[in-house]
Amino acid sequence: MISTATLAAIRFGYGLGPSAGAHPPETMLAGLALPDAMAQAYPVKPSHEAVRIARAYRRAKRAAGKAGAKDNPDLQEMRTNLRAAAGLGLVQGMARILETPVPFRERLVWFWADHFTAVARNAVGKAVAPAYIDEAIRPHVAGTFADMLKAVVTHPFMLSYLDQASSTGPNSAIGKRRGRGLNENLAREVLELHTLGLGAGYSQDDVRQMAELMTGLTVTKNGAFEFNPRMAEDGSETILGRTYGGGRPTLADVFAALDDLAMHPFTARHLAQKLAVHFVADDVQDSLVEHLGAAYLASGGKLMAMYAALLEHPAAWAPELQKAKRPFDFIASALVALNLPGKRLAGLEPNELNRLLFRPLADMGQPFMGSRGPDGWPETADAWITPQGLASRISWAAAVAGKAGGRAGAPARFLEQTLADAAGPRLSWAVRQTNDPAEGVTLVFASAEFNRR
Amino acid sequence: MTSHFLTRRKLLKSASVLGCSAAASPFLTTLTLAAMPGDARLVVIILRGAMDGLDVVQPRGDANFARLRTGLESNAQDLDGFYWLHEGLADLMPLWRAGQLAFVHAASTPYRDKRSHFDGQDMLEAGTATDVAPAAVRDGWLNRLLQAMPGSAGETAFAIGRENLKILSGRAPVSNWAPNTRMALSESARRLLQEAYHDDPLFADSALEAMELADVMAREPAASDGNTAKMQDMMRAGGGLSERALAAFAADRLNRDTRIAAFSINGWDTHRNQEQGLKRALGRLSQAIATLKEGLGSNWGKTTVIAMTEFGRTVRENGTAGTDHGTGGAMILAGGAINGGKVHGRWPGLSEADLYDRRDLMPTSDVRSWAAWAMRDLFSLERHVLENTVFPGLDMGGDPGIIL
Repeated sequence: MISTATLAAIRFGYGLGPSAGAHPPETMLAGLALPDAMAQAYPVKPSHEAVRIARAYRRAKRAAGKAGAKDNPDLQEMRTNLRAAAGLGLVQGMARILETPVPFRERLVWFWADHFTAVARNAVGKAVAPAYIDEAIRPHVAGTFADMLKAVVTHPFMLSYLDQASSTGPNSAIGKRRGRGLNENLAREVLELHTLGLGAGYSQDDVRQMAELMTGLTVTKNGAFEFNPRMAEDGSETILGRTYGGGRPTLADVFAALDDLAMHPFTARHLAQKLAVHFVADDVQDSLVEHLGAAYLASGGKLMAMYAALLEHPAAWAPELQKAKRPFDFIASALVALNLPGKRLAGLEPNELNRLLFRPLADMGQPFMGSRGPDGWPETADAWITPQGLASRISWAAAVAGKAGGRAGAPARFLEQTLADAAGPRLSWAVRQTNDPAEGVTLVFASAEFNRR
Repeated sequence: MTSHFLTRRKLLKSASVLGCSAAASPFLTTLTLAAMPGDARLVVIILRGAMDGLDVVQPRGDANFARLRTGLESNAQDLDGFYWLHEGLADLMPLWRAGQLAFVHAASTPYRDKRSHFDGQDMLEAGTATDVAPAAVRDGWLNRLLQAMPGSAGETAFAIGRENLKILSGRAPVSNWAPNTRMALSESARRLLQEAYHDDPLFADSALEAMELADVMAREPAASDGNTAKMQDMMRAGGGLSERALAAFAADRLNRDTRIAAFSINGWDTHRNQEQGLKRALGRLSQAIATLKEGLGSNWGKTTVIAMTEFGRTVRENGTAGTDHGTGGAMILAGGAINGGKVHGRWPGLSEADLYDRRDLMPTSDVRSWAAWAMRDLFSLERHVLENTVFPGLDMGGDPGIIL
């Protein structure tokens, strides 16, 4: 039987380690209420700065092209800076995990970032991607879902990704003058992925009306969010039987619809289902989902209420480890187990980071912020533990063990400190068969117990 | 179901129970050779994101087309006087002229109205109709095909790439690998790991197949592997695998014991600036098909490639020089085994009354029926197996004669 303390670390954090954030269940929620120290300690470039770096690079590249030079040292340096800004999302994200006293917060940040998946289309977008998570998602993980939804739907990164920035009311001033029109992309995904969930009683007409209501949400030349009433469709829109707008188009009309969607019972059910599946099991009990959904609605859409409901439900503490960690979480929990300091990770050279993080994540099937669509990464264990996926995890484990295994110490002790009572008897036996610290680390990281939660 | 067929996976399992290393098993090669189900090759490419069939195979002979698609222009090439081919596939014109390229127009899965990529792709890969929720179906139609194929073994079908392809997942053993994957592990670590995985079937099975595949790849350096520089070239920025790498790897396996390969190509969701986006995606598809042909050599003559997408796009352009999610779309067929040089499918027309839901191309055939006819001809499957097991509830209709 696995103890509650072990389960708390593995299921709701990034596992055990010599100095992993200690988080008995009763303090997990309290930790979320504290100020977010990690965001400041390991910052990423804010949107406006990332946009500035990206544009300067683009300008310099164009200028170099005009001058007939393909490349020059200045341009190379700017490109390095651009890539570094993009890489911060992963590097600082991992460093935060390695140093945080509240691992549950980091888990929740990535859970919601996946719920609101947005993917960069080019080098410029990649540089802004880390800011998207830090600006639209992270500040709201302990707040209300409606605030997060509104922050996402007005963030330039999402507006560009799902084409909202160019969607124009056909009868708006700009629509009429330039012959532009609607683009349904973001409106559809807000209903299908972000709020109500697929098949939750909305129609093609609702999608269309939502798209009309959302016209005006756009991005300025400088890469900032703007509500431009000259792009907004005239007249009122009706979504799920409720009417919005009708006067001069305003951002408040859009927000009113988003507020209503956030508190819709279908949304509550959808969010509850996703949260329960993410943390507990691929096939989750209905009673758990209902409990979460009810707590969410009763609290007026507070996410903390939903987390509290999750942590108090017995199903969340079932001793069976049913989930498989996604590659990002697999790597993060291995680095926690190896006690790698965040500062050391953040100080690695780009090629070292490639070998340790970027390339292996892609090999394991989860290229960083490279989801193939806005529905994010799969949850089910069999989507990840394929022959190809597992081979990549085992190879990574062996490579890391070869480098860091020496410091891990005796295999049996490393197993105890990494998996404690979650290690099964066969794994304990296997680890006892070797005296080689590197082989011990490989076995522990490659084990089913370590890859599950 | 067929207890006398000892599948590769079962054999591997029993070998590991006996404590002997799978790699050292002397039975494997013979078994693989004995388990070769015919000579025909099938490659299924999933085009994720909803390809705009109307722009790829343009019905310029329909008077309404020019009115509906004023902004989307490309230097299309005349196929048959009615349909014109998007310039992004221009490199495949020699195949068209050789009768090794064909299209099906106005085809779709049975998916209707909700126009969700994710649901649409689930249904495409599950091969089911609307009477079952796509998410509830755990196996894909290519896997059910394998279940119905006598002599199918673990290497008969290959899911290529780093994603778990639903179209191939299910009860029948399949191989799943990506080009360039290695597994360096000492013999002792392997043995200990297999012991440690014993009580977790998902890990035990995946590891066993991974170790076996890693050994196979190590023994027979794949044609696609080449030198490091070449592989670097095959990696896209961000670590993705290029279509060329996937197709070269597929061709290499198909030249050996594999008969069915599947992979996917992204980038078809052209809501904005379709002219650019579609050209790019078609370039990738074109390169994949060209690489398959080159890699397969003389086996190209026995090969059928089917490229299919979750649904088509709106017949009208949207307000951002793109198109939104629609219904009827197009399929692409290629290979030396096909009866090509034709655009199949009944053209529904583009007048307001002809459209589905007054916005989409009306589907006039089910993508599954074309795939079913191809499989019947390639693998000599009975019609009732295709209509009841592979695609439950499908009516294949009359023989369209798509395979030579």
